[in-house]
Amino acid sequence: MAAVIPLAPRRSRARRVVHALLIAAALSFLLLFLLLPLAAVFVEALRKGVGVYLAAVVDPEAIAAIKLTLLVAAIAVPLNTVFGVAAAWAMTRFEFRGKAVLGALIDLPFSVSPVVSGLIYVLLFGAQGWFGPWLEKYDIKLIFAVPGLVLATVFVTLPFVARELIPLMQSQGSDEEEAARVLGASGWQTFFRVTLPNIRWALLYGVLLCNARAMGEFGAVSVVSGHIRGLTNTMPLHVEILYNDYNYAGAFAVASLLAFLALVTLGFKTFLEWRYGAELAARAPRGH
Amino acid sequence: MTIAINHLSRRFTDFRALDDVSLSIAPGEFVALLGPSGSGKTTLLRILAGLDFPDAGELVRDGRDLLQVSARDRDVGLVFQHYALFRHMTVFENVAFGLRVRPRARRPSKAEIADRVDKLLKRVQLDGMAQRYPSQLSGGQRQRVALARALATEPELLLLDEPFGALDAQVRVALRRWLRHLHEEMRLTTVFVTHDQEEALELADRVVVMSQGRIEQVGTPDEVYQQPATPFVFEFIGKSNKLPVRIQNGRVVAGDQRIEAEGLEGMADGSAVAYVRPEHLAFTPAALESGWRATLRHVYLAGSVAHLELDIPTLGQTLEAELGGEEAQRRALQAGMSVTVQPRHLTIFPLAGNSGEPDITRRRVVHPRYGQAALARWR
Repeated sequence: MAAVIPLAPRRSRARRVVHALLIAAALSFLLLFLLLPLAAVFVEALRKGVGVYLAAVVDPEAIAAIKLTLLVAAIAVPLNTVFGVAAAWAMTRFEFRGKAVLGALIDLPFSVSPVVSGLIYVLLFGAQGWFGPWLEKYDIKLIFAVPGLVLATVFVTLPFVARELIPLMQSQGSDEEEAARVLGASGWQTFFRVTLPNIRWALLYGVLLCNARAMGEFGAVSVVSGHIRGLTNTMPLHVEILYNDYNYAGAFAVASLLAFLALVTLGFKTFLEWRYGAELAARAPRGH
Repeated sequence: MTIAINHLSRRFTDFRALDDVSLSIAPGEFVALLGPSGSGKTTLLRILAGLDFPDAGELVRDGRDLLQVSARDRDVGLVFQHYALFRHMTVFENVAFGLRVRPRARRPSKAEIADRVDKLLKRVQLDGMAQRYPSQLSGGQRQRVALARALATEPELLLLDEPFGALDAQVRVALRRWLRHLHEEMRLTTVFVTHDQEEALELADRVVVMSQGRIEQVGTPDEVYQQPATPFVFEFIGKSNKLPVRIQNGRVVAGDQRIEAEGLEGMADGSAVAYVRPEHLAFTPAALESGWRATLRHVYLAGSVAHLELDIPTLGQTLEAELGGEEAQRRALQAGMSVTVQPRHLTIFPLAGNSGEPDITRRRVVHPRYGQAALARWR
């Protein structure tokens, strides 16, 4: 016994050191690459005083960019929510030919560079694109206009909701839905009373991620926007323009707004995780 | 409310789940679908529920083609193996679900629903649990909630898929007795799926033994156990010894024995396979003319029953015999003893000439005649 007792603390001391080192490494990495730049955004934004900051934010072009960003997100996020739920449903509840292809397609926007995604739309709907002449004939303007921004944003943010739901719905199985059906529930009743409550937190989480990306998207949107000030400039594009105009304070002011939106989303997400976690713990199976 | 299942077949991509299955279920009957996994029993249950559809065949209830009726409208109560309770609803909400989703014209009032749910929860002995969530219940309680939920819509047919499969042995036995009492009270036509023969034999009025998508035998628990119709049923239900034998000049030739037997009349000569239950082997320490000489290799005393392993050199095989535990102790059975063994019944399936498979249409149950040397029945 005497020989055994001192061994245990020695090993755990070594382990504690390793733990501390790992945690320190992770934290300093976070500090250096995430927190420092984030803080820099706010510091730079306020460097020339609150007056300059406010002026940059209430500038008509900035207001237009904010409105446009919110508009694009307000269209793209609901579309992808509906699509994501439908795709997750199809992927987890039905067996059909081409299921693997659908799965790969859902992931496509993750694997394609956003710039390429934007270019695809220019090639399809631009003046020289495949459908360009046809669109021109009917006087429909997609590229360098708001619809193009929405299309590009929808493309880039398409996987978020579906990817969040598919693993959850797979693990939950379809027993509860079948039970509802046998009990006489219609398809919609089954969806709203059984499926949706079971996936609500994951769905909300997916929607938040989708929204964060929709508001922050730069690459694809940049290609299809045309950068018309006050018309087709979203917030990220507006930041770039201000920066290129050497208006650093203005650029950082708008950037700080974007960062603030992201922080709000993050805070909301953390709150949900906390709630979700509490609920899961309260209803955890008792091990039967 | 007779249900007629006629020539149902169901194929999955490379697997025949049901192969020409026909069965008739009488009103108020308690039927067990018994078989190993992959035997098609669950597929049959899902077709009855309307959750799966056959490729061929009919399903008729009181002259009505059920295959044209969706799961919603079949008036069926279904209890899943893993309960499938709605996890975000309380026990009360779970049980009330089937009533609440009815179209307004057929939906009972709130008070009526509450009343009916209360009665059902009393019936399944869960009163006081109405506001709990499924995760706060034990397995047996969840299963009873699932049952109450299935009964709430007053179905004409109750279907249970491995209802006790996920429960501990003790809870399982208690719950199945309780279910049998409930059935005797309600007389609701019930079909349940199980792979547990004990459960099927104890609970059901009629047992349907299935294997590889086909029905092997339909009968009362007693018939299925005492008179298995096929080699599969012999091997699946209870224990059995399988002996390769030959039929020659009206006798069963097995090892060094040429057994004369009642019931062999007119049987053609040829190879056959014989089955005998462990409890149908009689033995004695005396050396007799008729009967195999055997060495008792092991005695396993399992509570009230002793399982014996008998090495029979002339058969080249070890047979299993059974004896009451007290009986075994009284006779001071010991490993290494020499004994004489006589089968009291044999079920014989001649092997078909072309395939070499047991021919179930020529099955015979024969009773050996041992003359004066016969051993007394030892049980």
